Amino acid sequence: MKLVTGNDLVSGDVIWWTGSGWSRFIADAVDSGTEGEAIGKREEAALRVNGPYVVEAADGPFAPVPLHIKERIRASGPTVRTDLGVQAEKQH
Amino acid sequence: MYKYDEYDQAIVDARVEEFRDQCNRRLSGEMTEDQFKPLRLMNGLYLQLHAYMLRVAVPYGTLDSRQMHMLAHIARKYDRGYGHFTTRQNLQYNWIKLDDAADILAELATVEMHAIQTSGNCIRNISADQYAGAAADEVADPRPYAELLRQWSTFHPEFLLLPRKFKIAVIGADEDRAAMKLHDIGLKLVRNAAGALGFEVYVGGGQGRTPMVAPLIREFLPADDLVSYLEACLRVYNRYGRRDNLYKARIKILVHEIGADEYRRQVEEEYLHVKTLGLDPPAAELERIAAMFALPPLDPNAPGEIERSDPDFALWLDQQVVDHKVPGHAIVTISLKPTGGIPGDASADQIDAMAKLAQVFSHDELRVTHAQNIVLPHVRKADLYAIWTRLEETGLATPNLDLVTDIIACPGLDYCALANARSIPLAQKITERFANLDRQRDLGEVKLKISGCINACGHHHAGHIGILGVDRKGEENYQLSFGGSGAEDASVGKIIGPGFSEDGVVDAVEKALETYRGIRVEGERFLDTYRRVGPEPFKAAIYEKAPA
Repeated sequence: MKLVTGNDLVSGDVIWWTGSGWSRFIADAVDSGTEGEAIGKREEAALRVNGPYVVEAADGPFAPVPLHIKERIRASGPTVRTDLGVQAEKQH
Repeated sequence: MYKYDEYDQAIVDARVEEFRDQCNRRLSGEMTEDQFKPLRLMNGLYLQLHAYMLRVAVPYGTLDSRQMHMLAHIARKYDRGYGHFTTRQNLQYNWIKLDDAADILAELATVEMHAIQTSGNCIRNISADQYAGAAADEVADPRPYAELLRQWSTFHPEFLLLPRKFKIAVIGADEDRAAMKLHDIGLKLVRNAAGALGFEVYVGGGQGRTPMVAPLIREFLPADDLVSYLEACLRVYNRYGRRDNLYKARIKILVHEIGADEYRRQVEEEYLHVKTLGLDPPAAELERIAAMFALPPLDPNAPGEIERSDPDFALWLDQQVVDHKVPGHAIVTISLKPTGGIPGDASADQIDAMAKLAQVFSHDELRVTHAQNIVLPHVRKADLYAIWTRLEETGLATPNLDLVTDIIACPGLDYCALANARSIPLAQKITERFANLDRQRDLGEVKLKISGCINACGHHHAGHIGILGVDRKGEENYQLSFGGSGAEDASVGKIIGPGFSEDGVVDAVEKALETYRGIRVEGERFLDTYRRVGPEPFKAAIYEKAPA
């Protein structure tokens, strides 16, 4: 599956395209199919995301799992500070 | 300590307001990210893996307690309660919001700090020996010259858009504690036969993709001519540096491609012209700057005896403390490398604690080292026990300076958008594997350095043992190299063989150090043994096949 991700313009937080908006939780991300680049361009122009791009992911038990380790770390937070990043917050 | 004059303060304040306007224009959509990115980078603001990262300059690694307290305050108010001291003697915050960035810079400006030129293809923060002004082996304090270069290079109109970033280090002693020869320009203060003060000038060193030790370009440059000569060095680079290829754009490539002799010839030719322009400051200006770095009033009759009956204190004393040039005084290095910790990280409370120690015991002065530790440069020996007691209370009394657990590590893939692999977990595992202090002390000086990508922010090329994290088909893999040094015997390490997994490289480091223990001769460090016997015994131990 293909996810669209980027950073929130103001906070810099990692965010994921949910189909109707953006979420900090990868569990909310949806497969963007072939529309990822177009979604990114449109949303960046509206200042709702900074630097969007498409990443490959696989289905996981609770949430999509990016194929590349860099994206997995982006999705959760620093592996050496599990008290920081979205990993430290309760998933909703 | 240098104090801003009205011009320094005015340009920093003006820069804050300029950047505030730029941030507002970005937030309103008036500027695109492509337009904004070079502007934010020139103010030290990156977009990293999890958030914006702000790199704050600590010029030549020197700061006072007021500035250190400000760093703690910003960590608490705008970040997540900690900061990361870097191999460029700077400090980074990892969780900054764009709409806070200008406010942070405004707060920094109130204590004469900024983030100007901590990124971009310009002359970066000038680094220096962390023992400057206190070391017994010093010809002269390099910091007045580093400050002169800071003023010369700040907003220098010719050198804000160089082919690539440019790093300068200045030292004043034979012992190189600043990895001077691994910089674009390395400067070493010396005296000539007539007793005049000047510089050995090294140009074209660096790490990254193509590591090189800088060749000597000028054996003796009169100290008064420093600005003119560096102007000439930069002009030749700016004119001929490779702008067509990012990977060949550093000055080391230019010097290597045309040769040190030809580069020297061109610089000398340019220097003859530049010298007529009157760029070097009048003697009175250099004296004004130097006066601000005068040694604080230290009593040479202060007692030199130290009560060593507490064994933990004695261990710390032997590892973290060296003599000051003034009798009865010492230089203390505070380790930011606890077992299992993150190299270079300090909590806001720890930053405040170090600031307080400097205020009470070190004439209000601290230094950041390129090895990601903190120094109290001017301490009475009689106060050492009180300092150690307070460091113990704040988790800052780890006695491991220059031992195998005193690891330099870049932020790696846990934070950095450029990284290919994580550095910090590796550092943590190695410190845990070698946690036994007796074992560390038996192994002696081992400089172990880890980078999470080829940019080499973790100085792996200069490690007695260097580890480079690479991406191998989406998996982290680690290359091991031996024989590097960032000291006066500077050298670039060589890869020992095929790479390893995270656990595999920790095992390999242990095998290498055990091999060293088995073949070392009296007085040899790991590096000395490696240089004497070469890689084979280490390779054999590391890559030995388990019996079938």
